[in-house]
Amino acid sequence: MKSASILMIIGSALLLGLFIFPLWSITLEAPQYPSGIGMNIHLDGLEGKEKHDLQNIDGLNHYIGMSKLPKDDEMWEFSAFPKVVGGMAILGIIIGFLGLLKNISPKWFLTWLLFMCVLGVLGMYDFNNWMVEYGTNLDPKAIMKMTDADGNPLSYKPPLFGTKHILNFVAHSYPHTGAYMMGFGMFLTFVAYWLGNKKIKSLKA
Amino acid sequence: MKTIGKYIMTIATLTILVSCGNSNDGDKSGALTSSKAEKVYVAPGEHDEYYGFMSGGYSGNVTVYGLPSGRMLKEIPVFSQFPTSGYGYSEETKAMLNTSFGFVPWGDAHHPDISQTEGELDGRWIFINENNTPRIARISLETFETEEIIELPNSAGNHASSFVTENTEYIVAGTRFAVPNPQRDMPINEMKGKFKGPLSFVSIADNGRMNLEFQLNMPGFNYDLAHPGRNKSHGWFFFTSYNTEEANTLMEVNASQNDKDYIAAVNWKKIVDYVKNGGGKKVSGTYAHNVYDEKTHSATSTMKEGVISINPKDVEGAVYYIPIPKSPHGCDVDPSGEYIIGSGKLSTDLSVYSFEKMLTAIENKDFVDDAYGIPVLSYENTIAGVVKQPGLGPLHTEFDGKGNAYTTFFISSEVVKWKLGTWEVLDRLPTFYSVGHLMIPGGNSRKPFGKYMVALNKITKDRYLPTGPELEHSAQLYDISGDKMELLSDFPTHGEPHYAAGIRADLIKDKSKKYYDLEENEHPYAAKSESESKVTRDGNEVHINMTMIRSHFSPDNIEGVKVGDKVFFHMTNLEQDFDVPHGFSVIGANTSEILVMPGQTKTIVWEPKREGVWPFYCTDFCSALHQEMQGYVRVSGKNSNTPIKYSLDE
Repeated sequence: MKSASILMIIGSALLLGLFIFPLWSITLEAPQYPSGIGMNIHLDGLEGKEKHDLQNIDGLNHYIGMSKLPKDDEMWEFSAFPKVVGGMAILGIIIGFLGLLKNISPKWFLTWLLFMCVLGVLGMYDFNNWMVEYGTNLDPKAIMKMTDADGNPLSYKPPLFGTKHILNFVAHSYPHTGAYMMGFGMFLTFVAYWLGNKKIKSLKA
Repeated sequence: MKTIGKYIMTIATLTILVSCGNSNDGDKSGALTSSKAEKVYVAPGEHDEYYGFMSGGYSGNVTVYGLPSGRMLKEIPVFSQFPTSGYGYSEETKAMLNTSFGFVPWGDAHHPDISQTEGELDGRWIFINENNTPRIARISLETFETEEIIELPNSAGNHASSFVTENTEYIVAGTRFAVPNPQRDMPINEMKGKFKGPLSFVSIADNGRMNLEFQLNMPGFNYDLAHPGRNKSHGWFFFTSYNTEEANTLMEVNASQNDKDYIAAVNWKKIVDYVKNGGGKKVSGTYAHNVYDEKTHSATSTMKEGVISINPKDVEGAVYYIPIPKSPHGCDVDPSGEYIIGSGKLSTDLSVYSFEKMLTAIENKDFVDDAYGIPVLSYENTIAGVVKQPGLGPLHTEFDGKGNAYTTFFISSEVVKWKLGTWEVLDRLPTFYSVGHLMIPGGNSRKPFGKYMVALNKITKDRYLPTGPELEHSAQLYDISGDKMELLSDFPTHGEPHYAAGIRADLIKDKSKKYYDLEENEHPYAAKSESESKVTRDGNEVHINMTMIRSHFSPDNIEGVKVGDKVFFHMTNLEQDFDVPHGFSVIGANTSEILVMPGQTKTIVWEPKREGVWPFYCTDFCSALHQEMQGYVRVSGKNSNTPIKYSLDE
């Protein structure tokens, strides 16, 4: 049970990496941008890959009538997400310590993980909603009004995950270091549950 | 766990494949270097290996080339007005061309030289001299813009310049046309013994700032070219001189009578110590010192008065003359600092002097003469060797760092490779035609990059498609990596490139600035956002703080300007991305356009003469909606009372 609890502590502590490293990365490529232009999505706001990338993305997007990228205080998510992630990390660490000191059931580890998964899915759902809004809520006075083959306004929504052509740009949307750390942390908490469960079963047997 | 493991393995394998691919590419280009075309071919999107900075001669500017391709990358305005960017026309840059004679719109640029540390090119700045109104300019190799120009008073024909000492301590300026010092009204034919040839020493501070430290008031010969000592001869400067006859008319004949003229050897460290200890005399001399500030994006011109003048006779052991055959031109020092090559341009031999023999001769007081009190060393006891009959009209020598020297011959139109120490001629190749200077990147430093050599020719004739009577000059690129030189290519150069300087591109290209940070813009009329843009009237002056961003101006409708007003368009480019300049011009402006880099503010003045509604527009094709980047100014009658009004999208 000791090693399982330590894994639980490490696993949930890895969530704290999100306070240092970005969660997600969106990069745009076009011939005129040989080194790309893009942004990192952090828990508490957006950051250009280069110093002025956000301003330059806004500059490009104004032609097609997209709104400006949100500032840190313009989305509730950027103040809520750090609290949720920080809270879950602390909760996970506490559960881990309880496992170490009080020998609580490994089921608590699994409960924490399932809760984390639910929050993760909700987070992705919310992220996708924002991208739909960002990519389709266009200024009616937009300089360029592009339509698809059926005559519907083109959506400029970046992909949630993967690579997509958007006009002259290729957009890449992938998790960044913080998300990988979180994913690996969550995997560790599952291992913690599995190890703990095995130990209990072997003790019982 | 298994899937993650596979994933990691895949990434690792891909990384190995990618890095192997890269090294294979490298080998391939190394194996296919047989043809000349491939040696100068730089594939689309790839970069040249070297920067070449060519003096623009009578264009007054410096042009930047990529080598070996010979592609011109940029023209840097230095001493001449440049309507392409508005240099010398914009309110911010007019001060750069200020002199003690007032505003001078043109200059004659000659010899670029790159800053050095311990005798090696460090790529911080490039300096260049101006011959007609004696000046030296400093160009930043981060912005590739002229940052500073200092005028040299009491001098005329600043040709023996702008050569830097091996830690960029000093830069020199010479006097090619001996003049009265101080200037005064006197008969020309009484010049002998009365004219002077002051040599100026300008110090360079760590931030690049130039300061005129002192002038060595030499006898009135014509000081033509110069080179600082390197390595063991660091601390000395060598100047060639002609017209030791001190003729004042029909110089081509009368200044060519003496069998020998002089190289002046100057121990500048001794003179610096002398000045530090209070030596020298402050004499009159008015000169402009112009400095461009990257934060305010503006230049200031300060008129300075007085310079410390040194009489060479007053500093014991600091100045000597060495005899050299017939009207020398080039004066070059090899990377070891031991050999000083003097090219007597009317002689058929090249004289090479030994620094150590010179020191011994000085120690032994082995003087054969004196010229106006300056000891003259003996030719025989200072000469290291003579390159016999290498060609006709020797001018300049550069080095490859492998013990070889390359000298240009103007009259026989060729470059001759010869060996230091044995003085034997190893190879010769023609140039097209009549070569002046040559340039090996780093070829005048302690550590030349001995791969390419560029010959800078004076005569073009039939080398390219004809373009009427006036032709650009021609340069040739040679591969000098082997035993024999190989002519690779021809390319035209702008103006008259006297000298050039080259440096390996990787030493500077990553420092090259992409744009100016708007946050650091300290221009007093900058509008750093559209909300800061405004129009204000102050008497008959109207100041318009206007912003530019793809693809509009703010404001773009302005009313309340009157005939007779002096309208200042202060244009700030709000872009913060690489290579997104905006231009600005307005109909009826009696000046050039301005090209404003991202984050920069530039100003032009417009004095409307007629009532009406007058358009202005962006002159640089900035974006898909560049054509829409335009606006209007309403100009009312002189006595009208149209109020100042300005707007965007109202």
